[in-house]
Amino acid sequence: MTYLPTSEHDELRAVVRELAEERIAPRATEVDQRAEFPWDLKELLARQDLLGTSFEERYGGTGLDEISQVILVEELARADATTSLIPIVQKLGSLPITLAGSDEQKERYFPRLASGEWLIAFGLTEAAAGSDVAANRTRARRDGDAYVLNGSKRFITHGSIANVLTVFALTDPAAGGRKGMSAFIVETDAPGFSSPRLEHKLGIRGSPTAELQFDDVRVPVQNRLGEEGEGFKIAMETLDRSRLGIAAQAVGIAQGALDAAVAYAAERQQFGQPIGEFQGIQFMLADMASQTEAARQLTYAAAARVEALAADLPYWTSAAKLIAGDTAMRVTSDAVQIFGGYGYITEYPVERMMRDAKITQLYEGTQQIQRMVIGRQLLQRAGVGGRVRAKSAARA
Amino acid sequence: MKIVVCVKQVPATTAEKRYTSDFRLDRTSAESVINPLDEYAIEQALRLQEAGTVESVAYLSMGPEQASEALRRALAMGGDEAYLVTDGGLAGADLWATARVLAAALDKLAPDVALMGMASDDAKGSLVPGAVAAIRGLPLLSYGSELRLEDSVARIRRLNATGYDIIEAPLPVIASVTDQVGEPRYASLKGIMAAKRKPLETWSLADLGISADELRGAALTRVIEVRPPEAKAPTERIESIPPEEAATRIADWLAARKLI
Ligand SMILES: Cc1cc2nc3c(=O)[nH]c(=O)nc-3n(C[C@H](O)[C@H](O)[C@H](O)COP(=O)(O)OP(=O)(O)OC[C@H]3O[C@@H](n4cnc5c(N)ncnc54)[C@H](O)[C@@H]3O)c2cc1C
Repeated sequence: MTYLPTSEHDELRAVVRELAEERIAPRATEVDQRAEFPWDLKELLARQDLLGTSFEERYGGTGLDEISQVILVEELARADATTSLIPIVQKLGSLPITLAGSDEQKERYFPRLASGEWLIAFGLTEAAAGSDVAANRTRARRDGDAYVLNGSKRFITHGSIANVLTVFALTDPAAGGRKGMSAFIVETDAPGFSSPRLEHKLGIRGSPTAELQFDDVRVPVQNRLGEEGEGFKIAMETLDRSRLGIAAQAVGIAQGALDAAVAYAAERQQFGQPIGEFQGIQFMLADMASQTEAARQLTYAAAARVEALAADLPYWTSAAKLIAGDTAMRVTSDAVQIFGGYGYITEYPVERMMRDAKITQLYEGTQQIQRMVIGRQLLQRAGVGGRVRAKSAARA
Repeated sequence: MKIVVCVKQVPATTAEKRYTSDFRLDRTSAESVINPLDEYAIEQALRLQEAGTVESVAYLSMGPEQASEALRRALAMGGDEAYLVTDGGLAGADLWATARVLAAALDKLAPDVALMGMASDDAKGSLVPGAVAAIRGLPLLSYGSELRLEDSVARIRRLNATGYDIIEAPLPVIASVTDQVGEPRYASLKGIMAAKRKPLETWSLADLGISADELRGAALTRVIEVRPPEAKAPTERIESIPPEEAATRIADWLAARKLI
């Protein structure tokens, strides 16, 4: 098996890199400092058909393969992590529909999502249900031809600006989160829905992270995804695939920091020579580059498994996200080190990259949760899967 | 109505350039792009097509085989088809030879407007539009900041020292536009995908009824040397002295050059 990029992959990378360098990178500092969603960049991505890459052509998307989607996110994140999250979440939010939606549901929502006219968000996490997804409390009570949703969600990326959400709520509280949760498509103009609050964050500051409130929000029965009780499974299968996007984001952030560090090391003079001529700096750069490349290749390998819908794809996407997230954190921190004091101030981009990198170790399953997924799969292969699985009701 | 935009592939300005012993650019050495000034001509043509004024936009390039990449990139921005004139006999073509070949290709394509950029980024001669117009015996509307087409007339706005000149001529015409037409678009992903399926035809000199000998014999110029631009005199810095003294030094410097 080979993961060498095709000429089409190279072409896509070149096209996105040009756009990102010319139009996105120059906005990154401002987006971070003002903590404002970059609507202009969202429009730009929509216009260039870059929000529709995960949707099939019959819905107006471009149906790119998984490696291409990784390359897109990577190149955007290299310039600005906040902006890279726009296509990531467009895919994350719509994956439950891709996996469990009917043709009718897809026809209804995908064209507007593929064109970028509408944004979607993924509403799973609650204040008391983070890693422990099954501890969800939001209720969905059946009432005639509708469900009535009550409860709140926390940490929902784009939740305040999305036109539509995929939301997870208990239809059978007695059965608990794993068996009693269902998934719904909720349009955000529904009465009773509100987004009362945004978080103030360390990084990806231009990306709104919203609290969502559901007060007797009526959702038509035809907006349920799959059957009642399938919500937990849909959520897990979504995350098994979507965290590939976070791995890609992490690789992109690391690459951006590495490129900045190499350029700075070639230019900054101390002791009468460029600091890049010191072996101590060269060795750091070499480690940063090798680790970033290793993370990238693992991410491509995982993308190939997702593309093939391999049975062990959760193992691969978890491993990729784990390695890529840790790499992004380490490489951005080393980039700050190479910049010295200038790395610590906002005049240079690497402190932002370091702050942005941290989130890749947290969302779509923390690094601890990735290790649980990987460990569980290893033990399953060794024949003790049943016991381990029963014990962990945690996010896959 | 039909526009043919002439597109040249040039080395990226940032690319390091190497030359062969007979002073020709070693094309394998440099990253190539669409001549940036031609992108404005493409943008102008596509805007006219979007407005419904023009039915078809085609691209024409003369160059080595790899110039087809530039044509694909142009097709990714929009437009319908492309033509590449490539032939061993074209190596080292001077601007007169280039103009003859483009004119012959344009005779075949017979567009209402042959549109070009105001110059190419590498040679910067700015003479090809005029030469093509002369060979084809057509009016030249050059340096337009905007091109408009009406029934049987082409009109450009050209920036002058105090305002605009409006210049018009009956179709068909040769026209060139400046970077004032507006920012060229980025190719969209769907545009890139669609471009792969758009027709790109390759013509040889024989297809245009021109012989290589005839072309070489007609060369009007010869390159005798290629040099990088001379380094500028080092920047003079006035630092670490009291402001009054610095101001006097600057004033003296300007006065010595009769600038104040
Ligand atoms: C900026 C941002 C954007 C987000 N976007 C979204 C979104 O769009 N949609 C959405 O649904 N959610 C979103 N989230 C939520 C995110 O996925 C959760 O924050 C994450 O899953 C962790 O949950 P928690 O914050 O409740 O941490 P907790 O689960 O409380 O974890 C606290 C610590 O305990 C560790 N831990 C927990 N359980 C175990 C265990 N079993 N073994 C070992 N260690 C454990 C964790 O790794 C962590 O270190 C977002 C979060 C942030 C910060």
